[in-house]
Amino acid sequence: MINWPNFVSQLFNGLALGALLALISSGLTIIYGTLGVLNLAHGAMFMLGGYAGYAAYSYTGSFIVAVIAGSLFVMILGIVMERVIIRHFYHRPHEDQLLVTFGLGICFVEIVRFIFSSQSQVVPPPPLFQGITSLGFMFYPTYRLAVVGIVAVALGALFIVLYRTRLGMIVRAGIEDSVMVDSLGINVYRVFMVVFGIGAMAAGFAGIINAPVVSLTPGIGDDILVQTFVVVVIGGVGSFPGAILGGLIAGEIISITSMINPGYAYVMLFVAMTLVLVLRPHGLLGAQGRE
Amino acid sequence: MLKQRRFLIEILTAVGLIVAPFVLPHLGFAPNTVNRILVWGLFGLGFDILFGFTGLLSFGQSAFYGTGGFVAAYLLTRAGFPNVFLALIIGMIAAAVTGYLIGLIALRRTGIYFAMITVAIAEVFYFVEFNPLAEWTGGENGLPGVPTPSFNLGFTTLHFTTGWSLYQFLAVCYFVGVVIALRIVRSPVGAILSAIRDNPLRATAVGHNIHGYKLTAFVIAAAYAGFAGGLLGVMQAFMPPDAFMFDTSGQLVMQTAIGGRATLFGPLVGAAVWLFLQDFLQSALGLGAAWKLVLGIVFVLLVCFLRRGIIGGIADLYALVAGKRSHTEPVEPPAPVLTAEEEQKAAEAEIAKEPDPPPLVPVHRSSDNYSGPILQATGLTKRYGGLLANSDIDFTVNHGELRGIIGPNGAGKSTFFKMLTCEVPPTSGKIVFEGLDITGMSVTDVCQLGLTKSYQVNQLFTGLTVRENLTIAALSELRGKFRLDMFRSLDSIPGLSEQVERTLQLVNLTHRPDTPVSELAYGEKRRLEIGLALATSPSLLLLDEPLAGMSPRERVETVKLLKSISKGRTMIIIDHDMDALFELAERVTVLQEGRVLVEGTPDEIKNNAAVQEAYLGGVHGVLDA
Repeated sequence: MINWPNFVSQLFNGLALGALLALISSGLTIIYGTLGVLNLAHGAMFMLGGYAGYAAYSYTGSFIVAVIAGSLFVMILGIVMERVIIRHFYHRPHEDQLLVTFGLGICFVEIVRFIFSSQSQVVPPPPLFQGITSLGFMFYPTYRLAVVGIVAVALGALFIVLYRTRLGMIVRAGIEDSVMVDSLGINVYRVFMVVFGIGAMAAGFAGIINAPVVSLTPGIGDDILVQTFVVVVIGGVGSFPGAILGGLIAGEIISITSMINPGYAYVMLFVAMTLVLVLRPHGLLGAQGRE
Repeated sequence: MLKQRRFLIEILTAVGLIVAPFVLPHLGFAPNTVNRILVWGLFGLGFDILFGFTGLLSFGQSAFYGTGGFVAAYLLTRAGFPNVFLALIIGMIAAAVTGYLIGLIALRRTGIYFAMITVAIAEVFYFVEFNPLAEWTGGENGLPGVPTPSFNLGFTTLHFTTGWSLYQFLAVCYFVGVVIALRIVRSPVGAILSAIRDNPLRATAVGHNIHGYKLTAFVIAAAYAGFAGGLLGVMQAFMPPDAFMFDTSGQLVMQTAIGGRATLFGPLVGAAVWLFLQDFLQSALGLGAAWKLVLGIVFVLLVCFLRRGIIGGIADLYALVAGKRSHTEPVEPPAPVLTAEEEQKAAEAEIAKEPDPPPLVPVHRSSDNYSGPILQATGLTKRYGGLLANSDIDFTVNHGELRGIIGPNGAGKSTFFKMLTCEVPPTSGKIVFEGLDITGMSVTDVCQLGLTKSYQVNQLFTGLTVRENLTIAALSELRGKFRLDMFRSLDSIPGLSEQVERTLQLVNLTHRPDTPVSELAYGEKRRLEIGLALATSPSLLLLDEPLAGMSPRERVETVKLLKSISKGRTMIIIDHDMDALFELAERVTVLQEGRVLVEGTPDEIKNNAAVQEAYLGGVHGVLDA
């Protein structure tokens, strides 16, 4: 009954999607954890990473340049956005922060639609990872395998930044209590800016890495944003390990359900989220009392 | 905005709806555009109750809009249901039931969690409509052929078809929607919803089951959404699948923010602006698809600079022009500069002249025949990780007593109070209030039993006026912790205004009942803080540092206030102001490092060597001086 090669290839798809979701969600979750702002434009930033990379690729033909351009562009955009707009919303209610980031997300999507039209754009995978790889019992697209590796490296880098550097220690302390960090003589607002930049870069990087897997459309970030929310709710807000665990769980749920019936992918995702909310309202790895 | 003369808003709405077909065409509105604005406006009435009044920002309203719309459309097309209006009602009920079930999940968390969960839920509904339920919903084709309503009145039949003809039907629906929404907003439920928006913690502490009220708001919003969704199908003669799209929820949120939240009419104004700009930018300016970018930028600017949207902006502007901005409040003449001591004496002299306000007697609850101590705590211990905040405290207070609690900073006084009011559960130990074991009960239930406290740090409903603050506290005692009297006017609750007035007098705020809390002086806020606890008519009132941070004058006033409210009531007061406390309290308990150090009359405490040791490090006799 079960088609094993198909099942295993879906497991791999789930791993690739899960790794991407983990990366995007960790960006969202460290921003929220540190700044207390839920960035509803995060999906749009994922999309912008893809398009900035696409633009760079069209000019240079180099995938490496595309990845660098995509990540840097979104990082800079994140920093500018934090400096110019988000900064003024730290002391306003959560609803206002949601509204303004939601509005910004729409603006980003519409700007891209204006420049690149609604037609889908394609970024081919780099020559090194083109074609398919034999895994012995089955064949699998090489680039998707590579995505898992690339994202794992990126998550590792993020881990090192968060857990092995002075900045990371400040960020983690800020997630626990940013007022306290501020009163210790650390300029917490500068840290906020850097965190927003890093979080945005994670989304942008994921956007361009994902571009060869699917074709780019301006609305590509919307679905990702929703999936990211589910990941964060499952993993626990503000938790980097939770984002990774939640990402992998969500990726596998989507892939495996899609194999049976794609229409139920979201339903199963939602069921998983509901279970977590009922059994562990703070998320699998979330800390109690962090709202 | 919403508190003017009776029925004024209702009448203005009716007039506006009647005049609209004669005016709007001249402004370039096509009848179909006006109809769409009305549907969005109706959709938004419920959403504004949820977002504007209760402070719950949902990005998932499309789920209920779609549910109501498709249930009604299915009944009218596939199931051959003849009555359009009845189908709309059934769709509305279906949406409300869905809202109840979804609310149970989504409201498990608040703030951004709530927003994220609603987004996810809306997305699930979209996919379910497209796939598993495609057989019933028509999948991506939607449901075509939804009929328009007609009513057989016996002598004639009214048909509402398209354009201005259908407008009449929609306008009546919108008008009824406004009337109902206004009643809800002006009811006790509406008052509590605003309290939840402003300070959920205090709303819980004064004895309201806020989870129940949030769920109520969620269901109300779902019902409005469901009915509006049904109207969408009727209006277009086709139920489109994109009703379920996330964009629908997003557009509703944006329109509400553009028009102005917590105004009820904001969504209507927002929809008018949105649809007008969409038409204008697309056709008149030839911007094509870029119209949405312009709207997005407009939206971001409004959120940044005009927080309360267009209606809020107009209201502020009007207030500015009319010169009404807070200048109507009587400003107290500046007091001459005196030393603290002089000022205190002057204040004492002045206050002594004032007549005593009538006492606010606590209500008689069924447990009043109970004759033992009002509060008895045994072996109360609270451990935070390795820190022992309270350890093995035995504490008994008798009826009518005024007990003081003192202790150095960090002695565990506030933790002790939090355990007594059931804000935090004790690690071990037992609390008995009027013979009833309340250990492990919720703070709401304990308040309903007649035990509440005023907070060390003010916990007020900052967006509301003094009177509204006290009303919310008084409502909990008069209505219980949860009641769905959504259509009852606040004025019709017996005893409410009397209780609010008495509390106002008691805490000496009669001269500024309609001042927003944000404009009060610190001392006034402190008194209101006590007033909030008092208005719930507690039989046992705990006061956590009521005198902290007060000027000498405010302090004298407050001591007098405490004396007057202690008549016929049991009170426990924590404070560092020992002069005041020794003057007020009959007995004093001293806490140190989480334990009871000693307990006794003020004189015993003053002369107790252990107490002097604790406070002054063993310098004997200084306290007597």
